[in-house]
Amino acid sequence: MTKAALLVLADGRFPAGGHAHSGGAEAAVRAGRITGSADLEDFCRGRLHTAGLVAAALAAAAALGADPVALDEAADARTPSPALRGTARRLGRQLLRAARSAWPDAGLDALARTFPKGAHQPVVLGVTARAAGLDARDAAYCAAYESVSGPATAVVRLLSLDPFDATGVLARTAGEVDRVTDRAVAAARTALTEGVEALPAASAPLLEIGAEAHAARPTRLFAS
Amino acid sequence: MHLDHSDPHAPAAVGADARRPDGRRRALRIGLGGPVGSGKTATVAALCRELRDEFALAVVTNDIYTREDAEFLLREAVLPPERIAAVETGACPHTAIRDDISANLEAVEDLEDAVGPLDLVLVESGGDNLTATFSKGLVDAQVFVIDVAGGDDIPRKGGPGVTTADLLVVNKTDLAPYVGSDLARMAADAKAQRAELPVVLQSLRAGSGVRDVAAWVRGRLAAWTA
Amino acid sequence: MTGPASAAPRTLPPAPPAGRAAPAATSSGVRATARLVARTDGRGGTCLPVLESDGPLALRRTRGDADEARVVLVGAMSGPLGGDRFAVRADVEEGARLRLTSAAATIALPGQAGGDARYDLRIRVGDGARLGWLPEPLISARGSDLRVTTRVDVAPTATLVLREEQVLGRVGEEPGRLSGRLVLRVGARLVLDQEVACGPGAPAGWDGPAVLAGHRALGQLLVVRPSFAEHPPEARLLGETASLVPLAGPAVLVTALAPDGLRLRRVLDAALAELG
Repeated sequence: MTKAALLVLADGRFPAGGHAHSGGAEAAVRAGRITGSADLEDFCRGRLHTAGLVAAALAAAAALGADPVALDEAADARTPSPALRGTARRLGRQLLRAARSAWPDAGLDALARTFPKGAHQPVVLGVTARAAGLDARDAAYCAAYESVSGPATAVVRLLSLDPFDATGVLARTAGEVDRVTDRAVAAARTALTEGVEALPAASAPLLEIGAEAHAARPTRLFAS
Repeated sequence: MHLDHSDPHAPAAVGADARRPDGRRRALRIGLGGPVGSGKTATVAALCRELRDEFALAVVTNDIYTREDAEFLLREAVLPPERIAAVETGACPHTAIRDDISANLEAVEDLEDAVGPLDLVLVESGGDNLTATFSKGLVDAQVFVIDVAGGDDIPRKGGPGVTTADLLVVNKTDLAPYVGSDLARMAADAKAQRAELPVVLQSLRAGSGVRDVAAWVRGRLAAWTA
Repeated sequence: MTGPASAAPRTLPPAPPAGRAAPAATSSGVRATARLVARTDGRGGTCLPVLESDGPLALRRTRGDADEARVVLVGAMSGPLGGDRFAVRADVEEGARLRLTSAAATIALPGQAGGDARYDLRIRVGDGARLGWLPEPLISARGSDLRVTTRVDVAPTATLVLREEQVLGRVGEEPGRLSGRLVLRVGARLVLDQEVACGPGAPAGWDGPAVLAGHRALGQLLVVRPSFAEHPPEARLLGETASLVPLAGPAVLVTALAPDGLRLRRVLDAALAELG
């Protein structure tokens, strides 16, 4: 196995459905809470330390071999918004399809059998990392980075933001992505012995509320 | 790659497989693409009316900004609502039919699970540019719909949609005199770009052409199930 | 006026901790655990065989309905202050009915002992029992650092209505650091586990467009009801910064943000009237 598999998995063009989602950025733009790159940066930091941290820890725990069913229930409990639960499962199912083509693996097959309509995306991401020969830290990195890169890419389209500014946001938050990854991996290791309550549960009220507002809109550019 | 062989109970991973996990042949999938406003949705509606009594069929729409295409089909009542699914494309309709087809594959499979077995699934793309084509992982054949009002030089300009689609439909031929488009020239240019690939001149308003498109679909279905 | 009227009589600044010689005062703060057990009395009512106050946490029984016991939590001193460890254990046994409120807002304040304060609530609701847990808000004063943990275990046949409100800072004041974790299990199933962290020292972005966006009052109303298993209410918005959502279990969560405690309470009261 090779570390370059991490680049394949983290590539924004990996065909797992992410392109149709804004990570809550479209709802925040519509509500007037993101109007430029400074707001985007603040949004990305908030998402990284909440939804991003939780996703990274779930992914790391799955990569360490924790029970996907228990992790999926933990993910449900950490996602009060039914719109976000639906999104997480759809993206999990799409990722699982791409992963099984890229890295055929009995663990991925078993996950598809247990969750025919999709498990939460971070859980699938962790099992995928395992199948690709990657470790818990790699899985956590993918999840943490995805939590900021998704909104940044979407806001370029939503606000016609200068793409260099959006990339600057990603560069400036990179150090925090490192720290969130460290926290996530440490929590995932603890969860192996202490159970899923050791996983972080950081939440972002406006992401939850915004997701429901977005789901109720008749017109939107992104699915979430 | 046939991962379902490694685990017969797991859903198939790869969309291009001709068999469903239970071993039955899946539905034929035909994509309809083309520029905004060329009449893709109206063509889908007309095809549904032509074919729905002969075949079990369903439609997936790829809306850009709304669910309007799906809702148009619902309003026109060309199919029962459970046979129409809408995919959201995140500002990139060509990505959803070409580069990352996962959401469309899931929509197709969910339709087959919910209302199948199906003979035919029509996948309509969001209105896009002349380079947008469907992935072979998503559809078995594709129709490209352009119209005379978009400019009679489109066939001459070519591009992947015009050149490589399995069927080219030149729509709204009834408008040609009003927009100054030269139908004969469009047909000749299309022929030059496409060699043996078929072209249909269609006017839904005048009721011409759609039978030819339906006949072409029947031919593909016969080949698929042979 | 930022907080509800009940918060107003609290004096500013806080009394020094030296005056709080109460129960288990240690160099690092006060440790206090209040305990409460509600039980059916065999005559269709609910009795309280255990009602233990402890230091700053005083529990008072008040007149209730025929079948429902009522308890008021009275803060006998200011706090929690930095270093304090407060806990409440409540057990509503099979078939019992209890409604708990509080006499005033709880104000988290900085303490001389330094370090963070902890407030730990453990609540059990048994088969067929009903609990309304409706305290006044928690106000995070400047310089304070409080971690609240609420763990609720509810039997699948029980009913729970639980309200939590956090107000960040008194009127015109910067907030302290506050984190709250709320964990709900219904039967064996984990239904909700969420933590909100805000104030100085909280992870970056807590006041930004993804999390609080400048709102200074945050509240939740959690309702567990057996009938929600079959007929969950549909998700919907309650204004621009509040939503009502069915959780992955027989429970509903209302999450609301508001500029201040008064407007927050209005949203939660409207939801409570409908769901409670």
